[in-house]
Amino acid sequence: MTPKIKMTDVHKAFGPKVVLDGVTLEVAKGESLVIIGGSGTGKSVTIKCIQGLIKPDSGSIQIDGREIVGMGERELEEVNAQTGMLFQGAALFDSLNIWENVAFGLIQGKKMKRADAKEIAIEKLRQVGLSPDVAPLYPDEVSGGMKKRIGLARAIATNPELIFFDEPTTGLDPIMSDVINDLIRRCVSDLGSTSVTITHDMSSVRKIADKVAMLYKGKIIWYGPVGDIDRSGDPYVEQFINGRAEGPIQMEIRG
Amino acid sequence: MNLFARIGSFSMSFIRATGRLTLFTMKTLSACVRPPFYFRALLSQMVEIGFYSLPVVALTTLFSGMVIALQSYAGLSGFSSEGVVASVTELTVTRELGPVLAALMVAGRVGAAMAAELGTMRVTEQIDALTTLSTNPFKYLIVPRVLAGVLMLPLLVLIGDVIGIYGGYLISVYKLDFNSVNFLRNSWNFMQAVDIVSGMTKAAVFGFIVTLLGCYNGYHSHGGAEGVGAATTNAVVSSSILILISNYWLTELFFAK
Ligand SMILES: Nc1ncnc2c1ncn2[C@@H]1O[C@H](COP(=O)(O)OP(=O)(O)O)[C@@H](O)[C@H]1O
Ligand SMILES: [Mg+2]
Repeated sequence: MTPKIKMTDVHKAFGPKVVLDGVTLEVAKGESLVIIGGSGTGKSVTIKCIQGLIKPDSGSIQIDGREIVGMGERELEEVNAQTGMLFQGAALFDSLNIWENVAFGLIQGKKMKRADAKEIAIEKLRQVGLSPDVAPLYPDEVSGGMKKRIGLARAIATNPELIFFDEPTTGLDPIMSDVINDLIRRCVSDLGSTSVTITHDMSSVRKIADKVAMLYKGKIIWYGPVGDIDRSGDPYVEQFINGRAEGPIQMEIRG
Repeated sequence: MNLFARIGSFSMSFIRATGRLTLFTMKTLSACVRPPFYFRALLSQMVEIGFYSLPVVALTTLFSGMVIALQSYAGLSGFSSEGVVASVTELTVTRELGPVLAALMVAGRVGAAMAAELGTMRVTEQIDALTTLSTNPFKYLIVPRVLAGVLMLPLLVLIGDVIGIYGGYLISVYKLDFNSVNFLRNSWNFMQAVDIVSGMTKAAVFGFIVTLLGCYNGYHSHGGAEGVGAATTNAVVSSSILILISNYWLTELFFAK
């Protein structure tokens, strides 16, 4: 079976700064991959490359067997129509109110009637633990944690086949985090979506992941089923999952 | 040696920027003719540019018309008659000052706002979010703004022309004690179709320049709040310069014999 996502030897540098240095990764259909790694290691860049938002310098990225590196804009739009994305900073449209944000993909992308789209939007808001009262508010009137959840509702509103979550639980309290973890897991288990999640939160990893990949210095240094993560035998992974300051990963601390 | 390196890197970045702007223009033009079209967005931009710019455009053209009437009387004293004041005012306002001043005002008001808005959307990843929601940012954000600029600026200039000539009328009648009917008759008789047509053509070109550069600078901004600030400044400065330069060439195109 062709994998949902297949990245082969992807390189990306911004000026002199090498961010991705040969990333190779596969995600099977209906599988949930979690990418872990320190801040600034290029996790967000990786998933933006997969969506064609950032063009890699070299390498190949295939979605459903279709090469997206160098793909025309209109074809890429077709591919993107099947995907959803929660941005690290939520990236809500601040000229639109909350329900219009959530319904955006339904109204603009899927050409749904506004009234029908609103109903779905309110249902999705309920799934992320928000009451219909917030629907007419604007993004600058809600808290950071709420923005994150609204971004999540927007990402899943069109029931996409492939969903990316960039730090879905950062900035949420532990209970709300668990609600969100459940929701992400349900997207994969019940709707059969494929998902790629970035997180620092080990409880999210254990709850969401089928497979885990660890990114370090522009490469995937460990990849395996979530069950193996505690006996990876990899000193980098062990340091990361146990959150220790001492170990092979040296934080670049500038004085 | 250092100097050469500097000149070299400056020319490189100039060429790169020119290339990027050309590409941006082509993408905008091709998005103009391919569906989907966002009529709601176009309408709201037309209101924003046309209606809300009206006060500043009206004020600037009113006072320009007034000052021209005053100068053409004072500066040409001796020969100047009612006819000269009326015709100089009409000519200057419709051919040059109306379009240029309206465009500069719109550059400061609308071009800056577009750069700031799109710049904020860029640095907060809202533009990327549009793409992931299968909406082309050129069609959704840029085409409505550029089209609205091209459509509304000529209209603003037409209104500005009337107000500018009215400014000249006020000065002629109430300050210089000319006959009011004569002023209007002179203006009207002297006016040629090419005055209005050239002014409105200029306005359409300037509308394109202002909105395109506002969108371009915002779309390509980077580096947080500071980057957005720089984008705003660049949008206003570059479009103002381009307005004045292209104004010369358009005048040459219409009027040079
Ligand atoms: N558009 C960009 N331009 C320049 N540098 C970038 C850009 N996007 C990301 N980077 C750099 O790439 C590195 C990785 O960023 P990112 O993928 O956001 O990290 P993270 O793993 O924390 O998500 C960072 O050092 C960042 O500065
Ligand atoms: Mg990130």
